[in-house]
Amino acid sequence: MEMNYKSENRQLTITLTGELDHHAAKGLMDSIDRCMEQNLPTKTLLDLGGLTFMDSSGIAVVLRAKRRMEALSGTLVVVNIPRQASRVLETAGLGRYVDLV
Amino acid sequence: MKMKCTNYITLEFLSHSANEGFARGAVACFAAQLDPTLEELGDIKTAVSEAVTNAIVHAYPDRLGKILIKARILEGNILELSVRDWGRGIADVEKARQPLFSTGGEERSGMGFTIMESFMDRLAVRSQEGKGTRVTMRRRIQSRRPVQ
Ligand SMILES: Nc1ncnc2c1ncn2[C@@H]1O[C@H](COP(=O)(O)OP(=O)(O)OP(=O)(O)O)[C@@H](O)[C@H]1O
Ligand SMILES: [Mg+2]
Repeated sequence: MEMNYKSENRQLTITLTGELDHHAAKGLMDSIDRCMEQNLPTKTLLDLGGLTFMDSSGIAVVLRAKRRMEALSGTLVVVNIPRQASRVLETAGLGRYVDLV
Repeated sequence: MKMKCTNYITLEFLSHSANEGFARGAVACFAAQLDPTLEELGDIKTAVSEAVTNAIVHAYPDRLGKILIKARILEGNILELSVRDWGRGIADVEKARQPLFSTGGEERSGMGFTIMESFMDRLAVRSQEGKGTRVTMRRRIQSRRPVQ
């Protein structure tokens, strides 16, 4: 699991690559928290295009990122969701809480 | 329902989270002989990952323990998986299977059983407090081979 980001005019783009499971999620949540604290974005794009696998651990990662952005009075949009990850997010009904593009 | 088993594997490992990827990958490799589509393989990997993560996180919250996976191929292109632990057990299985029910805090969303149930054809959960849990799932694999 790899995380990269770029920040421009307080728009943060976080790109995830690899497999997002419970093993990876533990460190990833901390990295995303820290990245948001440092860059104080008003909008974050969470780009899942590079994920080759995601399970329910990813749901908690997305929800936590959403709450952090709300605390910063900003917005979160999840983009480039691969098919398998999208099935997981849809089954959880996450579209009701988070912008999935 | 008793069905003839034509092939099986058994996988035993310690509840280190680093083994999550290994477990779903190994089961997917075994399932490949049923000639599944990529989507079917994705569903199987997801279901394995959910069951194994539950054993790691909930069954053995403060120690390492044994996890045993049996994957069987049954007549009619059916994959049967059982994931077993000897951990804490579940007090009320019916309640635990409800969407959003979780004892896991902010890092868990309470969707694991719901995902297993919707990604597989059948899910059975047997558990005893203090003794452990066994999750059994079945999925029929549609053959990809074109009809001649
Ligand atoms: N192997 C197990 N041993 C003990 N308790 C379990 C086991 N599997 C599940 N549970 C209990 O059932 C609850 C529901 O499990 P489920 O997988 O649906 O959600 P979760 O693990 O809490 O969250 P998520 O899977 O979305 O990360 C768990 O919170 C836990 O209390
Ligand atoms: Mg779970």
